[in-house]
This record gives sequence, structure tokens and C-alpha cells, in this order.
Amino acid sequence: MTSSDTVGIINLAVLDHMRLWWNWQTRTFEGRMRERTGSSPVSRTKQLHREIGGVLFYFFVCQGCDEVNPSESSKGYLEGFKDGIPIGLGYLSVSFSFGIMAVNTGLSMWTAVLISMTNLTSAGQFAGIKLIAGGASYIEMALTQLVINLRYALMSLSLSQKTDKSFGILHRVVLSFGITDEIFAVASGKPRDIGKNYMYGLVTAPYLGWSAGTLLGGAAGNILPASVASALNIALYGMFIAIIVPPAKKSRPVLLVILIAVTLSSVFEYAPYFNKLSGGFAIIICAVAASLIGAVFFPVKEATE
Amino acid sequence: MTLVHVLVMAGVTYLVRMLPFVLFRKKIENRFIKSFLYYVPYAVLGAMTFPAIFSSTTYVYSAIAGTAVAVFLAFREKSLLTVASFACLTVYIVEGLIKLF
Repeated sequence: MTSSDTVGIINLAVLDHMRLWWNWQTRTFEGRMRERTGSSPVSRTKQLHREIGGVLFYFFVCQGCDEVNPSESSKGYLEGFKDGIPIGLGYLSVSFSFGIMAVNTGLSMWTAVLISMTNLTSAGQFAGIKLIAGGASYIEMALTQLVINLRYALMSLSLSQKTDKSFGILHRVVLSFGITDEIFAVASGKPRDIGKNYMYGLVTAPYLGWSAGTLLGGAAGNILPASVASALNIALYGMFIAIIVPPAKKSRPVLLVILIAVTLSSVFEYAPYFNKLSGGFAIIICAVAASLIGAVFFPVKEATE
Repeated sequence: MTLVHVLVMAGVTYLVRMLPFVLFRKKIENRFIKSFLYYVPYAVLGAMTFPAIFSSTTYVYSAIAGTAVAVFLAFREKSLLTVASFACLTVYIVEGLIKLF
């Protein structure tokens, strides 16, 4: 027997006994590489994460261990993908109702899907199909979308300050399309700057959920029981609460800014005359006023950024 | 006709998102603006959630119950998915009880 045969057998034997385990401390997969028999553990995170099984395992096992080490910046595609799954599930139900509504107003199912795939915004789309049904002018359509979606400009501006060096101009042009309320919320909730791969990951599930939900809603009509649809409606708000409460617990200024914004938004909802204002404008006014008060009375120290 | 409407919608929505994100590539150094932008996410989310959450479900009571559960779990720093799913579950159960009586 030649020496090369022996090596082959050893390699095969090692392959059979290759071990793989989950490191709870670092939350990565680890294993021993067959080339280095008996050597130190080597991270196999990258190989495994490309497999669907790894993704599913990561998702189901790791929910609830969301504490991110503040010293790491949020970079990986998979981390983003995982963070995007709850958004995608929420979108599935919201866009489902959008699909139903669009078909009911006389649009074709594919037009509804096209709108969802090119707009990726809830309030704007719901307003848009009403305008199309009412035969509105293009100018009216443009102005309505501008007002309802102007809040995205504020979010884009805020998020542009949280991007790391991996964001080139091309990636900004592409990824800006994916800035929605929920994606912005999750991205700005990360303790550190975000990288382009993280952002691509974060956008994936919501985009698929939003498009697929519209398709299903348009195709299937109203098959979802009303009780389930009603329960799913609160999902996105629940997520917002999960994002704003923990920082409000730790920082008194953040709590005050939130309370001011909530008070103003209640005024715009319930007070006579004020409630005539469109929802898009109301949110901009609330957010700008509350944030200005925060910036004037509680300027952020350099270190907390 | 409809396609042009869709094009206008998509174009305006995209530009509103894209321009600030692409134009502000440098880090802002001004402390006031930095502080302002730091508070924006919390203010936007707060204003969007309340009071809209209370009219998001069929009954206001189920929405209140769902909100209470969400705030409690968020205060305990549970993950986004946990908070969202338990809020949904609460609404589903409470609405089932309301219909029962």
C-alpha cells in the first residue's frame, strides 16, 4: 500500500467522523476541518450559512437570543436576513389585504403585484389604488405619494448616518429602494453601523413577503378568516413597540421624545380640525417636533452615537 | 393609463427615499443635527404606533390587550418576533372571547 492511499483512507475516516456543533457563546457553527486532523476548532459558519438547513436552524433555534455584541458592527447577509423574517411575515398579511383590495377596485392581479414590486410601501399603495380607481390626474398622484412618503426622506437621512464604508454610491442607489418603516426601524435599532450585506439581507424577506402576499391576496380573494386577519394587523405595531421600548427604558430623553411624539400624534388623530390633516403630513410634523425638542433639551453626547 | 399611474407612484416613492440616502454620504458633524437624527426613529415609530394601534384590530379591547402584552414583553426585552407574535395571539384569543359572550 502506497502512502497516498493511506492518506486517502485517513481523510475518508475523518470525513465520516467530522463533528459539528453549535457554540452558544459566539452563536456560530463550529466543527473540525478534515484537512487538519486534531487541530483547533475552526468556524464553519460561512459554509453552513449558505445552506437552507443552516438558515432554518439559525432562525428557529436563535430566536430570543437577539443581544448583539456591541463591539461588532452589523455586517453579515444572514444576520440581516434573520432580522428581516418577522418583517416579511408581517408584510405577507398586510400585502395580502392590499392584493384583495386592489382586485376589488378593478385592477388586475398582475398590476397589483407590479405596484407592490415597484413601490414597497403600504400607505402609499393603498392611497394609490384609490386614486387610480377614482381616475385622478398624474399630478395629484405624484403629490399624494410625495406627502404620504415624505417621512421616508427623514428616515433615509437618518439611516445615511448609520451606514459603514461598504456602502458605495451604487449600493446606496439600489438599497435606498428598500427603506420602509419597518426596515428602517430594525436597521436603526442595531447597536452599531450597518454594512451593505446586512442591508441586502434585511431587505430580502420583506420584499419577497410583500410581493408574494399581494399575489396571493389578488389570486385567492378573501380566504383568510376575519379573526386571523384582524390578529395579524397588530403584528407590525407589536414590532415597533419591541424596538422603541427597550431604549426608552434605559434613556429618559428617548422616553420623553417618544411621549411627545405619541401625544402630538393623538392630537392629530382625535382633535377637531387637526384630524383633517393627512396621515403622512401628521407623522412628519410629530416626528420633527418631538426630535427637535429632544435635540434642543437633550443633545446627544459624542460617545453615545 | 394605469401603467403610467403606477410609474408615477413608483418614481416619486423611490426618489423620496433615494435622494437623501445618496446625497448625504458624509457623516454629519454638527451636534444639534446629530442629536435630531438620533431621536427621529423613536419619534417616527412612536407617532406611527400610537394611537393607530388601537384601531388596527376589529375591537378596541383586543387591541388594548395586544398592546399591553407587547409593551410588557418589550419591557422584558424579548425579540421582535416574540413580541409581535404574542401580540397577535393575544388579539386572536381576546376576540374569540368577545365573540363567545
